[in-house]
Amino acid sequence: MDEKKIKLEAKNVNFYYDDFHALKGINMQIEQNSVVAFIGPSGCGKSTFLRLFNRMNDLIDGTHLTGECLLDGRDIYDKRVHVDELRKNVGMVFQKPNPFPKTIFENVAYGLRVNGVKDEKYIKQRVEESLQSAALWEEVKDKLKKSAFELSGGQQQRLCIARAMAISPSVLLMDEPASALDPISTAKIEELIHELKKDYTIVIVTHNMQQAARVSDKTGFFLLGELIEYDQTKKIFLNPEKESTQNYITGRFG
Amino acid sequence: MKRFLEKLVEGILMISGSLTSVAILLIIIFLFKEGIGLFNSPEVEKGYVLSVSQANPVNSLSPLEVKDIFDGEITNWKQVGGTDEEIMIFRFDDIFNYYPEEEMGENYEFLPDKLSSVVQEHATIIAFLPEKYLSVSFQGKLLDKKNISPLDFFFGKEWFPTSAPVAQYGVLPLILGTLWVSLGAILIALPFGLAVAIYLAEIADVRMRKVLKPVIELLAGIPSVVYGFFGLVVIVPFLQSLFRLPVGETALAGSVVLAIMALPTIITVAEDAIRTTPRIMKEASLGLGANHWQTIYRVILPYARSGILAAVVLGIGRAIGETMAVLMVTGNAAIIPATLLEPVRTIPATIAAELGEAPAGGAHYQSLFMLGCVLFVITLVLSVAVEIISGKRSSRGV
Repeated sequence: MDEKKIKLEAKNVNFYYDDFHALKGINMQIEQNSVVAFIGPSGCGKSTFLRLFNRMNDLIDGTHLTGECLLDGRDIYDKRVHVDELRKNVGMVFQKPNPFPKTIFENVAYGLRVNGVKDEKYIKQRVEESLQSAALWEEVKDKLKKSAFELSGGQQQRLCIARAMAISPSVLLMDEPASALDPISTAKIEELIHELKKDYTIVIVTHNMQQAARVSDKTGFFLLGELIEYDQTKKIFLNPEKESTQNYITGRFG
Repeated sequence: MKRFLEKLVEGILMISGSLTSVAILLIIIFLFKEGIGLFNSPEVEKGYVLSVSQANPVNSLSPLEVKDIFDGEITNWKQVGGTDEEIMIFRFDDIFNYYPEEEMGENYEFLPDKLSSVVQEHATIIAFLPEKYLSVSFQGKLLDKKNISPLDFFFGKEWFPTSAPVAQYGVLPLILGTLWVSLGAILIALPFGLAVAIYLAEIADVRMRKVLKPVIELLAGIPSVVYGFFGLVVIVPFLQSLFRLPVGETALAGSVVLAIMALPTIITVAEDAIRTTPRIMKEASLGLGANHWQTIYRVILPYARSGILAAVVLGIGRAIGETMAVLMVTGNAAIIPATLLEPVRTIPATIAAELGEAPAGGAHYQSLFMLGCVLFVITLVLSVAVEIISGKRSSRGV
């Protein structure tokens, strides 16, 4: 396990929304090609922490960060880092399926087009590959020209995953990707996460304890802006060291 | 007691609501009633007739033909379906060229007979005569008396409501003038308005917004006559020297003034539309490595498309109904313009300029009401279009 490469790392990260201290001194290492789940009650800072890794929090006015967030050992908040380039490398899937008001094909092709890919043949090939990796190809191959809004919620979410994968990132951030979906769609997404692990480093925020237990290698438990415990998922769920972790996973609060 | 008060307030609200609706309805009914009256008015001025010799094969003439004959543009009966002979125009006053005033009798009792014989004696004559001087034994042939036809009104190309013997009520130049000016205005206002809306919604920081928004809304509060004055002393001379025109009062001057006036509407509505693009939509785009500009034109603008369209239609609506500023800068020539650099006359400007001099109840007066109806229908169509567009938008959902 030690020789595994560290993909993402947070060093003493503090984050503020104006005066509100949202993340308090967080340290964490995430290994390449692993799945890490963040759990914790609402407002504990796990989504905020996730969004630090593709600098999505930059969009919010009045936020402030101290400490370092590293991708492949490089500080992603360094002035020399181009944020568009970073986001190409760190894909994101959101809580609610948010396809663009475009066709299914154009949704997946979007990331390629905005990154200057002009070769239609290559775009077509990437769209098919991405849809296949997202286990959606068979369902949509005959209606690529239809609006993405015609798909079901679960299909839309897999479309969003395909869209994120089309530009070949090395990290996928998932912010409660299955919270708006029915159990069957959720199962499909989880299956997908298992598959994707081979090629991607995946960080997933979830409210669903069983989901965290099923999909992740490691789990981090957040509470009130602090990382309480971070360890192998088995250990967190079977034998946590902290009492508050134990209380949370057994459902005593949250 | 409390219940009674509540009922009372409810009643008052209901009554004021229904009174307002009834008042609006009455105004519309009044407008159309007066306007429709136009088509029951005779083409030839009231109390007058047009007459030709019995031998003339022509039985009726269109209003335009009559005008051209009396303007000297049609000089031969052949041109209006008669025999190959020159037309002789006879107005009532001309009778004194044929018979000295002494022969008319003390009370002009012989005048009708003289008129009759003039018409009888000249085979190529067309006479424009007061009805009251026609004798029972009048020897001429009266041309068919027709009412003003809707076809001539809506597709007529000449607007001369005071020309005699037959007024020309062709509304086409006015409709086209209105549309030209409004179209020009929207072509100018849309790029500027959209640019400002994008800037305000996406790029400007909070402090800039706080300054700019009230200023833009202030623009909407300036009286239109002030815009007209500004246009007259600044834009008109500027355009005149820029394009080396004989006169600067052109459709383009109207378009520029209207564009400035429509800007606040377009900016406010378009900015709202851009602002309502869900944040997750923007984040999805940025999350895929798109930069801010790509996100704006690939995701935000397509998403806000219907709202922007509504802004355009509202802007056109504002432009089409505008009266004073346009009246002051467009030159008011009722001709069908070939380019934007010619004077035009719009519907509202026509109504404002002519209603004061049109005798109440006359055909001219009614024609102005009919113009009001035309304007009403145009703006109604636009409002319905806005309803449909924005209705589609809210039902689309995500």
